[in-house]
Amino acid sequence: MQKTYTYPEFAYVQSAEQKSGEIKRHPVVIIGAGPIGLTQALDLAYRGVPCVVLDDNNTVSIGSRAVCYAKRPLEIWDRLGLGEEFAAQGVQWQVGKVFFHDELAYSFDLLPESQHKMPAMINYQQYHLEERLVKACDASPLVDLRWKHKVLAVEQTDDCAVLTVETPDGLFKLEASWVIAADGANSDTRRMIGADFTGQFFQDRFLIADVVMKAEFPTERWFWFDPPFHRNQSVLLHKQSDNVWRIDFQLGWNSDPTEEKKPENVIPRIQAMLGPKAEFELEWVSVYQFACRRIDQFRHGRVIFTGDAAHQVSPFGARGANTGVQDCDNLSWKLKAVLYGDAPLALLDTYHEERAFAADDNIGHSTRATDFITPKSRASLRLRNAVLELARTEPFARPLVNSGRLSTPTPYIHSSLNTPDSEAFQGKMLPGTNCADAPIQKGGKSAWLLNQLGRGFVLLSFGPASSVQVGGVQAEVLEVGRDIIDSEGLLAERYDAQPGTVYLIRPDQHVAARWRQFNADAVRAALARALAVQ
Amino acid sequence: MPLNHQPNIPNQDTFYAELIRGQQDLSDEQADMMIAKLALILANHVGDREVLTEAIELARANTLAAAAA
Repeated sequence: MQKTYTYPEFAYVQSAEQKSGEIKRHPVVIIGAGPIGLTQALDLAYRGVPCVVLDDNNTVSIGSRAVCYAKRPLEIWDRLGLGEEFAAQGVQWQVGKVFFHDELAYSFDLLPESQHKMPAMINYQQYHLEERLVKACDASPLVDLRWKHKVLAVEQTDDCAVLTVETPDGLFKLEASWVIAADGANSDTRRMIGADFTGQFFQDRFLIADVVMKAEFPTERWFWFDPPFHRNQSVLLHKQSDNVWRIDFQLGWNSDPTEEKKPENVIPRIQAMLGPKAEFELEWVSVYQFACRRIDQFRHGRVIFTGDAAHQVSPFGARGANTGVQDCDNLSWKLKAVLYGDAPLALLDTYHEERAFAADDNIGHSTRATDFITPKSRASLRLRNAVLELARTEPFARPLVNSGRLSTPTPYIHSSLNTPDSEAFQGKMLPGTNCADAPIQKGGKSAWLLNQLGRGFVLLSFGPASSVQVGGVQAEVLEVGRDIIDSEGLLAERYDAQPGTVYLIRPDQHVAARWRQFNADAVRAALARALAVQ
Repeated sequence: MPLNHQPNIPNQDTFYAELIRGQQDLSDEQADMMIAKLALILANHVGDREVLTEAIELARANTLAAAAA
C-alpha cells in the first residue's frame, strides 16, 4: 500500500562461526535491530566496544510507528554523528493545538530555549530513521549486523550467555559476555528469561492512518477531543516527511479492528476530517491497543533489557523510542567500564536504578495522559469535559488539558552515582541532570558544548584544573577560556559558573558532581562514586 | 495550612441558597457538570496541594462511609 517508501531488503550472510561450527565468545550481542538495538550498537561502537546485532527479519520497521523524536535523543544521535541529518530531514515543530469540538481549547509552544544545537522535536518516519541507522552500522567496523538470525534460546552460565540462533542455514550457538535485549514490547528474550512485565492495559483502540496529501495545515501537532468529524472520540494529526501525514483516530473499546481497518471505513473518516475537496491517498492503516508496563529488573544476570523490551508506554507524549534511546545512552559507557574491568558490576545495577526511575516517570506521564484522553467512567468523562469547557475561557484550566506531555529527559536526581552539592548553585544543572547545550567557540570557529562532551568523563572547568584518574578511567579537563571560549556568555549562565567552578560530567553527558573550586581529592572521590567504585 | 474542618463561610444559609440557585433550571447532567466545574475552579483558587489532597480524601472517605452506613 505504501507509495512514498520502498522497503529495503538486507542480505542474509552466513557467519564464519556458523560455517566453521566453532563456538565464539563475543563481548556484546544485541538482539533486535530496531531503533534501539541499532542505536545501542552505534553507541557501543562509538565507545570502542565491538558488538554483534541479531535480527530475525531483513528489513526496517514496517508501517507507521514511532513519529516524534525529541531533543535529547537527537543530541544522543548527534554524538553518534547522525543528529544534524535527522534534524534536517525530519519535520521540525514546536506548537501544539488542542481542540474541543470545533473550538481551540488550548495551545502550547515547546518554546525551546534558543541557542541549542538540536531542535525541540522532529517528526520522522521510523523506517527512514532505521534505514539511516542500518547504514551507519554497516559503515562501522565494530558493528556486525546479522539479518535473518532468530534467537531461539538463551542459557546463562556464570560468565556468559549462550544463544541458540536459527538462520536459513540452520541452528548454531554463540556465546556473549553480555546480551542486550532490544527486541521490543513483545520481547521473546524477556519471555525466555521469564522476567515479569507488568502494568496496565488500556481498554481502548486507536486507528493509525498515514495519508499522502499536500495540505494547508501548519506544521503543528493538532489534537481534537470530540470533534464534529469523529464524535465522542479523539483525533491526533502530525505531519511527517515526504508529505505523509499521520492521523490517529481513537476508536473505543467496542470497535472491531478488522472492520475499522478496511479502506471503505477509513476513507470516509478522513474525508469527514479534511473536507470533501481534500485530495489524499491512503498510505498505511493499522489498529493498535496500548499498555503501560515495565520489566521487574532491567538486568537478569548476563541479559540486559532496553527500550520497549524493558518498558512500554502509550504513544501520547512520544515516550517510547525517545526513552529507549536514552536507555542506550545510559547503558553503553557503564557496560564498557564493566567489560574493561574499570568498574564493578555494581555500576551496571545503576542502569536499572536510573532507567527504571525514568521508565516509571514516563509511565506516570503516559498513564495520566491516557486517563485524560480515555476516561474510564462517566464521572471521569464529566470532569474531563469540565476541564475542556472551562479551558476555552479560563486560563487556569488550560494546563490541566492533557493530550500527552511531550517527552523530556528524566533527571537522575536521586542516583547513587551523584555526588550531592556541598556549595550553593542556581539553575537547572543539578547532579544527575543531562547537560544543557550552549554555543561556544573552538579553534576560532563556532561550535557547541555538547559536541565536546561524551567521549569519556570530562571536567568542565571555569578555571585551572587537572585531569583525575580512577583505575583505568581518566576525567580530562575541558577548560573554558583555554580549550573552548564561552563566546556568548550562555555557557556560564546555563551552568551558573563563577571563576573556578568545575563540573564532573559523565560519558552520557550528565552532571555527576560540581564544585566552586577544583580539588583533586574531591574530584577523585566523585569520579570513583560515578563508577560505583567503593 | 491544613484543611479547615471548621465553619468558615459567613452567612452560610444564603451561600447554600446561592449554590442551589446556581443549579436552577439545569438538567441533571448540566447540574453535575456545573458542580464538576465548581470543584475545579475552587481547587485552582485554593492551589495548596496538601489541602487539595486532604479535601479529596475527605470527600471520598465521607462518601464511602455514608454508603456503608
